[in-house]
Formats: sequence, structure tokens, C-alpha cells
Amino acid sequence: MSTGRTDSTTDTTGTGSTTGTAVVTGIGVVAPNGLGTEEYWAATLRGESGIRRLTRFDPAQYPSRLAGEVLGFDPSAHLPDRLLPQTDHMTRLALTAADLAVLDAGAGPEELHTLGAGVVTASASGGFEFGQRELENLWSKGNEYVSAYQSFAWFYAVNTGQISIRNGMRGPSGVIVADQAGGLDAVAHARRQLRGGASLMVTGGVDSSLCPWGWTAQIATGLLSTSDDPARAYTPFADTANGYVAGEGGAILVLETEEAALARGARPYGSVAGHAATFDPPPGSSRGPALRAAILGALADADCPPGDVDVVYADAAGLPDKDAAEAAALREVFGPHGVPVTAPKSMTGRLYSGGGPLDLATALLGFRDGVIPPTANVTLPDPAHRIDLVTGEPRAVATRTALVLARGHGGFNSAMVLRAPAAPRTPSP
Amino acid sequence: MTRRVVITGLGVVAPGGIGAKAYWDVLANGRTATRAISSFDASRYRSRIAAECDFRPEEAGLTPQEIRRMDRAAQFAAVAADEAVADSGLLFADLPPHRTGVSVGTAVGCTTSLEREYVVVSDGGRQTLTDHRYGVPHLYDYLVPSSVAAEVAWRVGAEGPVNTVSTGCTSGLDAVGHAAALIREGSADVVVGGATDAPISPITLACFDAIRATSPRNDDPAHASRPFDRSRNGFVLGEGAALFVFEELEHARRRGAHIYAEVAGFATRSNAYHMTGLRSDGAELAQAVTAALGQARVAPGDLDYVNAHGSGTKQNDLHETAAIKASLGEHARTTPVSSIKSMIGHSLGAIGSLEVAACLLAMRHGLVPPTANLHDPDPKCDLDHVPLTARETPVRSVLSTGSGFGGFQSAVVLTGNGTEKGGLAQ
Repeated sequence: MSTGRTDSTTDTTGTGSTTGTAVVTGIGVVAPNGLGTEEYWAATLRGESGIRRLTRFDPAQYPSRLAGEVLGFDPSAHLPDRLLPQTDHMTRLALTAADLAVLDAGAGPEELHTLGAGVVTASASGGFEFGQRELENLWSKGNEYVSAYQSFAWFYAVNTGQISIRNGMRGPSGVIVADQAGGLDAVAHARRQLRGGASLMVTGGVDSSLCPWGWTAQIATGLLSTSDDPARAYTPFADTANGYVAGEGGAILVLETEEAALARGARPYGSVAGHAATFDPPPGSSRGPALRAAILGALADADCPPGDVDVVYADAAGLPDKDAAEAAALREVFGPHGVPVTAPKSMTGRLYSGGGPLDLATALLGFRDGVIPPTANVTLPDPAHRIDLVTGEPRAVATRTALVLARGHGGFNSAMVLRAPAAPRTPSP
Repeated sequence: MTRRVVITGLGVVAPGGIGAKAYWDVLANGRTATRAISSFDASRYRSRIAAECDFRPEEAGLTPQEIRRMDRAAQFAAVAADEAVADSGLLFADLPPHRTGVSVGTAVGCTTSLEREYVVVSDGGRQTLTDHRYGVPHLYDYLVPSSVAAEVAWRVGAEGPVNTVSTGCTSGLDAVGHAAALIREGSADVVVGGATDAPISPITLACFDAIRATSPRNDDPAHASRPFDRSRNGFVLGEGAALFVFEELEHARRRGAHIYAEVAGFATRSNAYHMTGLRSDGAELAQAVTAALGQARVAPGDLDYVNAHGSGTKQNDLHETAAIKASLGEHARTTPVSSIKSMIGHSLGAIGSLEVAACLLAMRHGLVPPTANLHDPDPKCDLDHVPLTARETPVRSVLSTGSGFGGFQSAVVLTGNGTEKGGLAQ
């Protein structure tokens, strides 16, 4: 077992690797349908979507005009003034989510200010809005107009760096990039650090590139829905699937070794029981996608037979061929209609590296409250998929094991298995 | 049983030479590859010098479509991966694809392409509402640097864990640590990993100008990168890539592979202090070094060589000197500590892997590469910095250190005897 704060063993390549359980003790959510964990969760159970026409800039000239924006976020209400000039919007959201997670975990200086406490986040696109502004300064005014903060405000490591500085965390840190799959890989990497001897990790992902330049880049994939109807734009697994809606936000989690968490009286939401990541064969290969292998790998890592899985939080690409591929992988592992499947991200849009961590948070809250949140915008899934998609009302059912899936552009697959705690956590008053 | 991780293949794209052989020729001879920037007109910038790669993608074996699709950083990675794979002698097509992974570090990803395409869709910065009709089909791949790892994965047929690691200027060491971790924990048997960056573009120059991090010694570019020298005045931007084939030790032994070294230790810490600033005591870097040495079971006195981060900024070199003294104790002054950034500049995320490549070649050749341009050592940087000329000495255990924006501090320890076939100690 891990000894917690023995710094000489706090390492991923350490020979003293342990299999100590990693538990989630804190959750911080910043999502388009809720700023704050309970706000998000209540909206999700009500089936309330955060997808609407873009307000950050006028989207009229673009073929896609809907997005999941975090509305009503006032950074100065959450962060000190000195951080504002040096941070992109997505870093402000990430710092806010981290604050919420740390507060929720009840972690204080004793847990945070050590060489055993680190940060691992995922990033898909960095601080792109900041980057666009500085590129515009450079190309429209001149190189001497570029902000001194540009050197770090946009790069992919910024959220990890800023979270570690704000919380005084001096342990092992990292940044994983695998597009939408990266969020789960980052949490797995945080678990790896705990197994190497770290005692507490802040992990997850928050992304946003809802600026015109980021939007232009996202449109280039041809995968964004062009619908103007928030209820019909992102309909994963339905026969109307026509693309996805992009969003911003995500979730930050506090992950600790079970023994460290219990020793300080923290109440775990659940544990990270298994993970596997795979990569699809090159385009045109005769071998199929590798999502099924990721699912099987994660189940094996968790020592969990498929029959023990109570719910699957799907990647839910919202594209007919990708939905079909995911449904096929689920059928092969669980059988037709073999397990409840849901996609609450239908209410937030796809959040890139924030998507996987938000699904983890949702699954953990589902454990707590004995409920599976629904997939919005879909009345009936395409029958050809033969999956048990949770639609309409939340499904009141106790879940103890959840599988969360995420796929990233280019062929990244990631699967994570969560388990409910032995002693169920009751809802916060 | 603990799985051990060795490096069996090496590929390099570097300033001064493409390929590991040309790269070593630069380092062993103490030649500098820093020069006036030639890839665009940099006359308006404070620092107008860089270590550029003379890289011609067609000659390096890339196809026209690959060249169109890939950012320069991805092109470097692809070419370095090809060389590493060939060097390893491993037939990747015969490997089970799901047991092969990829771990590629990069600090700034596809910056050069992003800026080039930004200029088009914004019409030279005139349009805030950028025009998507002018976007190239691969624009999203430039936005998300996971595309660099994906390109490498496609090349080698990897279907196991594939990641880009992006921790700024420690990306190149952290990607090595990540590759080793994937093999050690059993997620893969073979990983192609390393790091790449091609940051020499107007936006990069402008942002480093703004914080005066880069050297303005424009009148003497060949001698501008001066780690540990009293006259040092910033780093010189570089570019390049180094990729490796990492292999589980028994997997390598069974096929009788040539083993460069074992990745015996890796640790990373954060200074939790400032996004660009460093505390002068180097405490967290020292902790990373101590932890990495502990894993490797290498005592400070057994180190034959320290490949320093040695960026040539006033602040870094003091921070690092303190960290090496704190972690190596009495052996700090007697161990050779050199910075190859004096020759090939600072290629941000790529440099950590280029430095690991330098360590592997130092082990193989029994030669410690020098710190070029070190004529007037800073009395506060009072370690054995191997000035100007390489030093012949057996190199069996090495430490490579890195430090970067965001507070990241990393250390890698490599062990082995360098030359003997599969000859690692049990």
C-alpha cells in the first residue's frame, strides 16, 4: 500500500508501485447547464439543457451557431483580480472548478501544501480566446503589442500550472492531450501518481475555445451540427443524429488514496476502479475501431465482469456512423439492450477534455442519489442500435458500477470504470 | 515481478543535423547551430536568432499529402519516429498492435501552422470574426496537439495507449517518463515516444520578447546561447525532435536487441510558485532529482554525467545550480554538468527528449558533450560545466533535468553500459 507522503516514492516509474484504491473525495463542476456541482446535477435531472445560440460572439456568418456556453460566469466573483489579466476564460473556469472540488473534499493546507499533492489535467486546445486576441494584436498592430502573459496563458499546460500554484501543490503534475478522450486519461494518470506514492491529486479537465478562431477550427472537422434548434441539434443515437454541439466547461475532481481519505475522515463518492486507453487503426484499415478493446481493458483492470456494470455513460458522438460503432461495441460486450446507456452531455454539448471528467462526476452523483440521468433531445434511439438508452425522465435505479466512455478526434478511445463506495454517500443537505 | 524499461531505438531531427549521427557530430565537436532567423523576416523583434533545423520534408521521406497535412512539429516527429523504429530493428508490423503505445511530448504543438492559418482566416488580423471559408481541412488537427501523437501512432501501427504529453518545457522528459510508466504498469510492451516542437514563428518570438526571456545577442548568433556564463542574457529559441523506441527489458532481450540504456528513474515536482518565475533554492527540482535517483538506486556519487536544463537565463542557471548542489551534495562539484542548449538552443517541449538522446549517445561513445560558449563562468554557477570541448570518460549512469513555465520540475535517470548488446546488469 502507499505510504502517503513518502516523497522518494512519489513517482510513476517507481518500483514501489502499489494497487491502493483511488477514491474521489471532491467534485467541482462548471457546465453549460449549471455553474456548481449541485446546480449542474439538479438541472441535469430536470432535463434542462445549456445548449443555445452563441452569445460570446455573433455566430450569424458560421454554419454552426449553437453551443453550450457557461452563462452567468463572473470571474471576478470567483478569482482574485491579479489572476484575471493573465488567464484565458477556460483557465478561469478551471480554477473555479478546482476551488469547488478542493472545498468539497475538505482538503486544507495539510493535504495540499506537500510534495505528495499534485495536479494532472487534460487540455484539448489551450487558452485559445487569449491566443486569438494576441495573434490579432500581433498581426493588426505589431509584435510589441503582444501581452507578456501570452507566453503561458494559451499553452496546454496552463491549467495544471495555475491550479498547482493557487493551491500550493508541489507534487507530481502532468498534462495529457488526447482530444475528448484526454479527460479520462488524465484521471487515470492521476491514479497512477497515487499508486506511485502521491497522497492527493487534483485532476480532470476544463476546456473552452468558443472564440471565432476556435470556432473556425472546430467547424473545419465538418462534424458540428448545423441545426438552429437546440432540441434537435445534438441527438446522439437517434435516427436524427446530424452532428454534435460543442460546449465549454468540465469537471475537476479530487482523487486520494482510500487510506489517506479515510484517515482524515473524508467521504468518498466512489473509486476509480479501472481504465484503459486504445487507439483506432489508421483510416482505411481492415481492422475495426478499438473502442471495444478499451472497454474490455478497463473492465479487466477493474476485475469487473460486464454483468456487474449498472450503467454506461456513452461517448455519444451524435454522428450516425460513430453512434453505430459505439452501439456495436456496447452490444458486443453487454449484449443487445444489455445495460442502461445514457448521454447527459446531450444537455451540455461535447466539452472536449472536460467531457470525460464531467461524465465521471455525473456517474458519481448518480451513485449517491440512486438515479441515472437521461439523454435529452432523444425520444427513442434508432432501433438498429439495440441499446437501452435512458431517455425522458431520470431512471430511479441504484447503480454501484459505472462505465464511462470517451473518444477523441483522430482515433483516441478511453474507458473508465467507477465503483460506488462501500458505505453510500448521502446527498448533501 | 517488476517490469523494467529500456530504450532500443533512437531518431533525431535537430539544428545542425538531421539524424542521430549528424546530431552527435554537432554535440561531440562543440559546434553551435544558433544563427539569425532565416524562415521569416524577424527584423522587428528584440531577439532575432534561433537554432533552426535544415529540414526538407521530401528528402526526409514524407509524402506530399503528409507534408500538406502535418504541422512542422508533426513532420519532425514522424521523421524521428521512422529513424527510431529502423534503429531498433523491431518489426512493428509483427507486434500485437494493442500492446504498442505512443507518448509524444510537445509544449506548443502545431503553433506554426496555427499562426499561418490564423493569418489567412483573419485576413492578416483584420477580421475578428475569422472566415471559416478560408480554413484548411486539417485546421482542427492544428488546434489539438493530440494530432501529433496520432500521426506517430498511424506510422507505427500503435493501437494501445496513445497520448500527447504537454507540460511546457519539461514535456520531453515527462513524455519519456510517461512512456516508461505505460510499459512498467503493463499497459504496453513497446512505446514509441519522445518529443517534438517547431515554435519558431512570429507569435512565439513576440511573447518571449515581451518577457525578455530570449537572448538579444543578435550581432553574434553563433555564440548567443551561453548557459552558466557570466554574460548570459537569455535562451536562444530552438526546434527539433527526438523519438525513441521504449521496450520492456525481457521483450528486448528475447530478440537480442541493442539496448542504449534503461529508464531507471523518473520524477516530477511543481514549484507552486509562479508561472514563469523560479525560487532560487531549487528545492522542488532537487526533490525530483532525489526521487528519480532513489528509484534508479543510483547514489549521487555514482552519476557519471548530468545533462542540465541550463537554459542560459540568469534565473534558471542559479536555480539549477542550487538544485544540483542540494540533491547531489558533495558530488555536485565533481560530476560533469553540461548544457547542450549552448549548441542547439532551447526547443521548448522537444529539448528534454533531445537531451535524453544526447545522454544515450554520450553513454554509447563514452564522451560527455560540452557547454559551448562558456568562456567566463558565472562564479555563482560553480560546478564542472565541461566548457567548450567534450570530455572522454565512461558514461554509465546519467541524470537529465528539466524546468519550465507552470512550475514543472522533472528528472530522468538512465543507466546501462551503453555499448554491450543486451548487457544490462540484472
